[in-house]
Amino acid sequence: MAEPMKIRASMSGDTADVKCLMNHPMETGLRKDAKTGGVVPAHHITNVTASVNGKTVMDAEWGGGISKNPYLAFKVKGAKAGDKVQISWTDNQGDRNTAETTIG
Amino acid sequence: MNILRRNVLKGAGAAGAVTVAVAAGLMKPTAAFAGWNKAGFESKNLDSALGSIGGNSASASGDISVKAPDIAENGAVVPVEIISNIAGTDSIAIIGEKNTLPLIAVFNLSNGAQGYISTRIKMGSTSNVIALVKAGGKSYKAHKEVKVTIGGCGG
Repeated sequence: MAEPMKIRASMSGDTADVKCLMNHPMETGLRKDAKTGGVVPAHHITNVTASVNGKTVMDAEWGGGISKNPYLAFKVKGAKAGDKVQISWTDNQGDRNTAETTIG
Repeated sequence: MNILRRNVLKGAGAAGAVTVAVAAGLMKPTAAFAGWNKAGFESKNLDSALGSIGGNSASASGDISVKAPDIAENGAVVPVEIISNIAGTDSIAIIGEKNTLPLIAVFNLSNGAQGYISTRIKMGSTSNVIALVKAGGKSYKAHKEVKVTIGGCGG
């Protein structure tokens, strides 16, 4: 099971600021293990989706070029305080995680 | 009655909310995690990576701002902020020009999401961070150079 993720959403004017921290090793599949010399297999998030009250606002595809324990922030116009924001990801090894918060 | 029932179900937790959304037809199971551009993300060539996301003919635009440090001491964690002031921005892609795998991420925006993405990326060596923005069927790009003192791709 994936580690928990942190998500926070707040209103600034008529726009919701959503910030999220995920826990993930984000291995590119290019890095070599210092001890064994073997290549560390790729293990990174491939798809991230975000929704506000069930409506998709962002749908992203990621490669291994996003840093370890990814940080992501985006803005949604027209969202209101009290709306539910949900972020989900899946990785190339079939692992997945979801976090939900209410815009404050 | 129905509204009350839905709220109760949503209260059952995140997984419950997804189930409800799927059941209500708001989110098709296939649409929740659409495909992954394997060719683009595994391409080691800048032009073919750009081509895989339809960015070869992108014109430079001053309405896109790429915020990143001038010098990144640690290439494994380079904070990047992309702001597109182009009306109707549909997607933002981030590309590391000299990364072994140049295509880093593609963000498709909809339903009120603004032309704004902030994240952290890896950079193998000193090069440009390229932002490719699609709006109204056209592609635009902008870039910023980041000097990297220690590469973050561990090649």
